[in-house]
Parts: sequence; C-alpha cells; structure tokens
Amino acid sequence: MTELLQQVINGLSMGAIYALIALGYTMVYGVLRFINFAHSDVFMLGAFVAYYTARAFGRWGFVMGGYLGGIAILLLSMTACAVVGIVIERLAYRPLRRRSTLTVLITAIGVSLLLQNGGQLVFGVNPKAFPDIFPSSTLNLGGLVINSNQLVVLGVAIALLSALHWIVQHTRIGTAMRAVSFNATAASLVGIDTNRIISFTFGMGSALAGAGGVLYAMNYPSIEPLMGNSPGLKAFIAAVLGGIGSLPGAALGGMLLGFVETGVSGTRWSTFRDAIAFAILIGILLFRPAGLLGRNRVEKV
Amino acid sequence: MIWKGWPELGFDRHSRRYSRITWLLFAGCYLSLVGCRQESKTGGLATTNNVESIRIGEFSSLTGPLAGLGQYTHMGVQLALEEINAAGGLEGRPFEVLAEDTGSKAGTAAPLVRKLIARDHVVALIGEGASGRCLEGAYVAQGAGIPLVSPAATDPQVTAVGDCIFRVCYTDPFQGTVMAKFAREQLKAKRIGLLVDASSSYSVGLVDFFKKRLLADGGEVAGEQRYNAGDKDFRAQLTALKATHPEAIFAPCYFGDAGLILRQARELGLTTPMLGGDGWEAPELVEIAGLAAEGALFPVHFSVSSTVESSRHFVEQFTQRFHKPPTGVSALGYDTMKLIADSIRRAGSTDKTAVREALRSTKNWTGVTGVLTLDEERNARKPATIVRVEQGRLVFVTIVEP
Amino acid sequence: MPSWLNRSQLLLMATLAVVGIAQSLSGRLDSYILSVAMGVGINIILASSLNLINGFTGQFSLGHAGFMAVGAYTAAVLTGRLAPQWSPLFGGQVFLLFPAALIVGGIVAALAGALVGAPSLRLKGDYLAIVTLGFGEIIKVIFQNLEFVGGAKGLNGIPDYSNLLWVFGTAAITVYTVWALLNSSYGRGFLAVADDEIAAEAMGLNTTRYKMVAFVVGAFFAGIAGGLFAHLNNSINPSGFDFNKSIEIVVMVILGGMGRHIGVILAAILLTVLTEMLREFGDYRMVIYSVLLILLMLTRPQGLFIWPTRKAARRQNA
Repeated sequence: MTELLQQVINGLSMGAIYALIALGYTMVYGVLRFINFAHSDVFMLGAFVAYYTARAFGRWGFVMGGYLGGIAILLLSMTACAVVGIVIERLAYRPLRRRSTLTVLITAIGVSLLLQNGGQLVFGVNPKAFPDIFPSSTLNLGGLVINSNQLVVLGVAIALLSALHWIVQHTRIGTAMRAVSFNATAASLVGIDTNRIISFTFGMGSALAGAGGVLYAMNYPSIEPLMGNSPGLKAFIAAVLGGIGSLPGAALGGMLLGFVETGVSGTRWSTFRDAIAFAILIGILLFRPAGLLGRNRVEKV
Repeated sequence: MIWKGWPELGFDRHSRRYSRITWLLFAGCYLSLVGCRQESKTGGLATTNNVESIRIGEFSSLTGPLAGLGQYTHMGVQLALEEINAAGGLEGRPFEVLAEDTGSKAGTAAPLVRKLIARDHVVALIGEGASGRCLEGAYVAQGAGIPLVSPAATDPQVTAVGDCIFRVCYTDPFQGTVMAKFAREQLKAKRIGLLVDASSSYSVGLVDFFKKRLLADGGEVAGEQRYNAGDKDFRAQLTALKATHPEAIFAPCYFGDAGLILRQARELGLTTPMLGGDGWEAPELVEIAGLAAEGALFPVHFSVSSTVESSRHFVEQFTQRFHKPPTGVSALGYDTMKLIADSIRRAGSTDKTAVREALRSTKNWTGVTGVLTLDEERNARKPATIVRVEQGRLVFVTIVEP
Repeated sequence: MPSWLNRSQLLLMATLAVVGIAQSLSGRLDSYILSVAMGVGINIILASSLNLINGFTGQFSLGHAGFMAVGAYTAAVLTGRLAPQWSPLFGGQVFLLFPAALIVGGIVAALAGALVGAPSLRLKGDYLAIVTLGFGEIIKVIFQNLEFVGGAKGLNGIPDYSNLLWVFGTAAITVYTVWALLNSSYGRGFLAVADDEIAAEAMGLNTTRYKMVAFVVGAFFAGIAGGLFAHLNNSINPSGFDFNKSIEIVVMVILGGMGRHIGVILAAILLTVLTEMLREFGDYRMVIYSVLLILLMLTRPQGLFIWPTRKAARRQNA
C-alpha cells in the first residue's frame, strides 16, 4: 500500500512536468500546425538559466534557499526562455510561414541541434549539479517519503496551469489566440494581428518549458545540454495522446504518461518503458485518431 | 537527353522476353565479377615513413552523452603528449595525436578508424573509453593490423577481437568479481539488490559478472531492477528494491546517473551501502549527490589522493594544465599515450608489427595508474583500488589483487 | 539502342556496369574514401526509399531507421550466426550468400513495414509521423531487450562483405525501382494520393493500398540498406537506429526537394560528404551543421536542387 502511494506521488510529480512541456507543444501546434522540435531544448535552457542565476545570486550575496529567491529564479528563467522562444520564432520560423509544415519541421530540428550542440560548447558536456533553489527537506509520513521539491513542483505546475487557463479563456489576448488557432485567416480578417499572437504563443509556450526545465532540474539535480531529449519526447507523446492542440488534453496526457511510466518502472518491464509509452499512444490514436480530448477536424472537400 | 523521356513499363510480349534474357545475362556477368573481386579486399594501406611526426590516432566521445568520459581521457592523452614532445619526442621526432569524435553514437567509430588509418597513416590508435564504440573501431584496427590501445574500455570482448588490441585498464569480469568479493567478504552482505542500465553494455556486463561471483560465494540477488539511458527518475526502481530489503545495492553506471541514484536512494530512506563501478569516479558525482554520496563505494583505476610520487606529479601537472583535478580515465589516457610512445621507442621503428610486438612484451611498466603487465589476452594485470566517499573526498579502502 | 530495353533500364545497366568497373579499381582507393563512398551509397538507398513514402506518396514517416534496424539485424544474424548452416546451400560462396541474406533482411523489414503500416496508415499527417516514430522506437527497444542478438551490446564481428559493387548496385536498383514503380500506370496512383487523397479516393483509387505498397517497398529497401550498413561497419547497436537516424534520412528527402529522384540522391551525397568534411572543425562540427541546415531551409525551402525546368523556362520565355 505504501509502495503504491509512493509510486502515485512519484507519478504525479513526473506527470506535472510532462504536462508543462506538453502544453508548449500543443499551443504552438494550435496556432501554427507544426511540431516545434526545438521546444525540448528551450526546456534545457530553462534549467541552465536557473543554474547560472542561482550561482550569480549566491556570488552577489543574496540570501539563497528561501522561497522568495526560488520564485525569483523561476520567473527570471521563464522570462529568458520566453525571449528565446520569441527570437527563434522570429528568425527561424516566421520566414517560412507560407511554406509546407515539413520545411518548418526540418528548420525546427536544425534549431534543436543548434541549441544542443551550442549548449555543449557553452555549458560544457559534463553533468552539472543543480543547486537547491527552494528549501529542500524530506518528509516521512509513515514510510511514505516525499521530497519537499516534489510538492513545490506540483504546486508550481498547478499554479501555472491555472494561470494559463485564465489567460486563454478570460483575457483579450487569449481570445485572440483561440481565434487564430480556430482559423488564422479569418482571425486576421477581423483585425487580429496574427504575427503578434503567434509571438505571444511562442513566448508563453517557451516560458512554460523553461519552468518545466527548472522544476525538472530541482527534482533531478543533474543537468546537461542533452537533458531535454528524453522528457521532450515524452511530453510530445503526452501532447499527441491528449489531442494535440487541446490544452486540457496536454495536461491530461502528461499526467497519464507520468503515471504509466512510474507504474512500469518498478516492474520487470521497466526496460520496455518507452516502448510501452509509445504502444499506449498508438493504441489510443487508433481508436481516437485525434487523441483523447482532441476534436476531429472535418475534412472539407 | 536520357532524362527527357519517362520510361513506361508496358512492353509487348516479344520484347519482354528479350528484356529478360538481357537481364539474365547481365546478372550472370555481374555476379561473376563480384565473385572475382571478393578475395582481394584488403589493399589500400600505406606505410608511414614519409611523415615527419609520429602520428597516433585517437577516437573518443568528445561530444554527446558520454562526452565527460571522452574529454577527461583526452585531457590525459594531451598532457602525456605535451610531456613527451617537450622531452624531445622520439629522437627528435615529435609525436602528434589526431583526435576524432564519435559523438557517443553507435555506428560512428568504424569509419573514423578507417580514416585515421588510411588517410592519416597513424602508427597506433588510442581507443574509445566506451566499450561499445571501442569494439566497433577494434575490428577495423585488427583488420588493418594497426595496434590499438584502449584506456578505459573494460568489456572483455574488446581485446578478444584480435592480437592488435590492448588495454591498460582492468576488465568488467575483474571489476564485477572484485566488487562481489568485496561485498561478501568485507561488507559481509548476503542479499544484494542490483540496478542496471539495460541500454548500456558496460552496466549489463558488470552486473553479469557481479552476479556470477555473488552466487558462487553463497550470496543472493535480492532484486534486480532495470532502467534505460537518459532516465533521471530511479525512485520507482529504488522503491521496488527497498521492498526486497537488500543489505547492499550494486549499481554500475556512469557518474551522471550515479549521482541521482545515490540522492534518490537516500531520499527514499535506503541506508544500505551503495556500490558502483569505475564509471562512478568523477568530481561531479559528489557535486550532484551532495551528502547522499557519503559512504558510496566503488573501484578506481587511480586514486587522486595517492601518495606514490609519479601519481602525485601527474595530479599536480594535470591540475595546473586544465585547472581541475584529473579522474581515473585521465590517468588511463595519460598512461596509454606514454605506453604507446614507449613501445614505439622499444620497437625501434614505427612499423606496425614491431610496435605490436613491443606492446605485447610490456612487463612491469610503471605508469601513473600503477605497475602494469599485459597478459596473453592483452589485458592489463593490475590491482583494483576500492575507495569510499567521506566528507566529499575519495578515501582509500582496500586494494584487491587480481 | 536495342528496342527491347527502354531508356531507364539501359541507364540502370550502365550504372551497374560503371559500379562494377569502379569496384574492380577500388583496391587503389584508400579504405577511408571507400567507406565514405559506401556510406553515401547506403544513404542514397535510404533516402530514395523514404522518398517513395514521404515524397511521392505524401505520407510522413519518421520510422525509417527502425526498418533499417530490422534488415541489419536479420542479415547480420544470417551471415554471422547461421552462416555455418546456410552457406553449404550456396556452396560456401559469399557472393551468393550475402545477397540472399540481404534480401531476407529486406523481406523481414518489409513484413515489419506491413505490420506497422496496417494499423497506422489510417492516420494522417503529424499523427502518422508520431505513430511511425513510436514504432521505430519500439523496434529499437525490442532489439535492446533481445539477448539473442546481443541486447544493448549490439552485434559485433559481422563480416565485412559490403563493397562498392553491392552498395551502389543496390542503390541503382532502388532508384530504378522507385522510378519505374512511379512511372508505371499503376504507380501514378501514388502521386494522386500525395496530391489530394480525398479526390483520389473519389476517383475510385484504393488509397490505403497505395499507401501500404509505398510503405512496404520503402521498408524493404531500408532493410537492405541496413544489411549493407551492418556488413560495412562490422557491428551494429540498437541505439544507432534511433529517432535521430530517421530524422537524418528525412532531412535528405526534404533538402532534396520531396519527390525528386535526382535531388534526393544529390542531397544524400551532399549531407554524407558534408558531415565528413565538417570533421575538420572538431567540437564545432555539429554547430556548423545545424546552422547550415537552418540557413539552407531558410534560403531554399523548396529543396536544394530545384531549378525551373527547361520546359518551364521555355514557357516563361515564350
């Protein structure tokens, strides 16, 4: 029983991070209809920005280890990632707006390779130890072990998801985002600046990825430039699983994947874990081709 | 002209028959040509006497997930090279190391080694530290008869490729056996949990030999859990292992994983001794794991806190040159380069057979990782030093003789 | 020109003859050049076969490396492990045993292609891409867990049977097959599926079958390329057939201009040689590669080798 509860908690914290990254994939897909392969590397950048700011804070003599400092680092790193995301979109994707999505896809792969390999040059290749940016302690509830970081991860993730939901559903710019996602041409006809909305979407998605990166690094404090590959791929699966383009779908997909992974990990099937994640994805897509919460687009002839 | 018309596949019956006959004849000629060519498939190797410097090829993981391993090795090689050349090389001829990057990727080593041999005319090769890539290159080196010395590839298969392949480190069977012996005899542990990186040949190999020895010594496997490269969350595996109440846990992997494993094990309240392989050794292990690293036990090729004069000298020089302390693989890289240079000197020529023979007759050669003798299987015979992490430092525990 | 051979068959035969001559002279080339050349040939096979699926039929597949792995493992097991039992069948002759192993490898890969294709080809666009990616990864994981073929250690000590003749012979046959298939009256259907699937279906074409044929044929040649790769490199490892390998092939197809025979071949040559040439730059190699990739896509998004055809130019002039 304790073991099961333990796995549930592990699954929750893993799933929350997947959900944050998956949201970025799904938002970009919603407005631009292409898979932003560089997203997982923005995630990596988030962790490194936090690493370097935390070190700088330490050097400048700020009091470290408080919640305030942690939140400041998190926000800084989200902002940095948002800027990077907007710049990437502006330089690499916007010139290709009218080209086929495959062309943009290859460019995205190029950007991803650039960030990974550039990261190896700039940050070095060896794993770095990520400092405790939030006060860290281990809670033991009758055999049930919870790291306080896991709770912080969960809290931050829920806060960010609610904020995102509010922005998309209840603000002007969120409404504009939904309009662009629904039909970009029609949106521009009613006076929405689609380029601005797309930039904004990229910024938000990248900020979420950055936050995901920081949270991931808190949970697994060993960061290196290729750290985005594996969670990026999982989050991508999560986004498609939930129905790419659907925000609640991405959150649901992320959580589901987190649970499945931790569920499989403790068993003798653990080495088949990635294969099982994909098998579930394939299974769901075969029965619900648009994912769990995705809407089926009616084909117009 | 020929591109203009699009071919059609429909022919009339008459022409189709001729087409078939033509194709059959063609295929016959073709196959006989292949048959003739198959035997003479070796040529294309040049000798090295027309170059000024003595060229040594190095292939290692300078980028990618295993770049830590490759770069630390490469730094050791570089330091040795600089020292050798500062001392005048081989009778005035300087050495040159041509380093190629495998990017830690499977399937990249063979073409690189071909390039080093055929293009750059290297006299000898310094192999990759990761066994998988080293093995890929070893077949090519063996085929060309160029001696290859691996600093840190511990998989027994590597030197089994042929009489041109050597190594200056001990092997997985030795390492796995030593750790099992250590766990049984010194720690008095009976039930041991295993955590394996199933996608790494290194990890799988070590666990195999550990298990064999453990069972032979009357121990038992409490539980075996597996994970894949790139995983960061070992809590599920560790939770499952914890439930089997092991007296120790053996988790051979590289230091990046090891740091997280140690940390998460302590978080989950696992207080049993944690044992690793030589891949655990790196300053980053303690940085990542923090306090959780305390008490971790693993074999090293070389102890930074060694008091032997040559080792101390090496640590000083290395730290001065690269502004960080060396790891075991740096010392192995250093020894590899020095051993190759020494063998060429002993051989008295850069002829590949002479160098190979010189390497083969290496006996009681003193390197910074200890006194080394290459046995009939071309493996280094030397003891393993086991260390424990205490207050963030590696402390000598014991030496286990081969 | 003999009337019983059409132009493209003649061209194929000429290519094969040239390759044969090249092979007989290959003893003079250094083995590095040879291995790069063979790498180029293998990539031509991979890119051309993927071009049939991605370019001509318009089905976005990201699992090509998986089929390559199936072929590589099958062929390597046949020539390595099972050779003692098999080779008497071929009189112990490598030049008979090897192609047999390659073809069996291709067939098993084609079966895998059918197995993957049957459920997934109902999906479209990005969904198909992710499902094929998933199958590719599943294939990799399965090989990683198969102790019989070495598991994570991979298969080592595979005999080096690949030579210029086999590699470029197969490459020529692949290109020819794709070409001939597309230009047969049956094959026009592939283009129809790529152009407008709904319209093609409305015209009474069995679009699922076309997609399936493209998938199976593509997988077959990917399998053969895998076999050649295994017998070139002496060792194979499941991690060498991951998602990144599939992406590499997709990049060739897209830079070659999606559905262009010659363009894709040129892109395969260019990218293979480029990665070799960039070795000069050491640590900066992959950074330069990625920057080049981005710049190429931004400046020539339609494909590297797409020029206005002579016919179109004439039309413009008129």
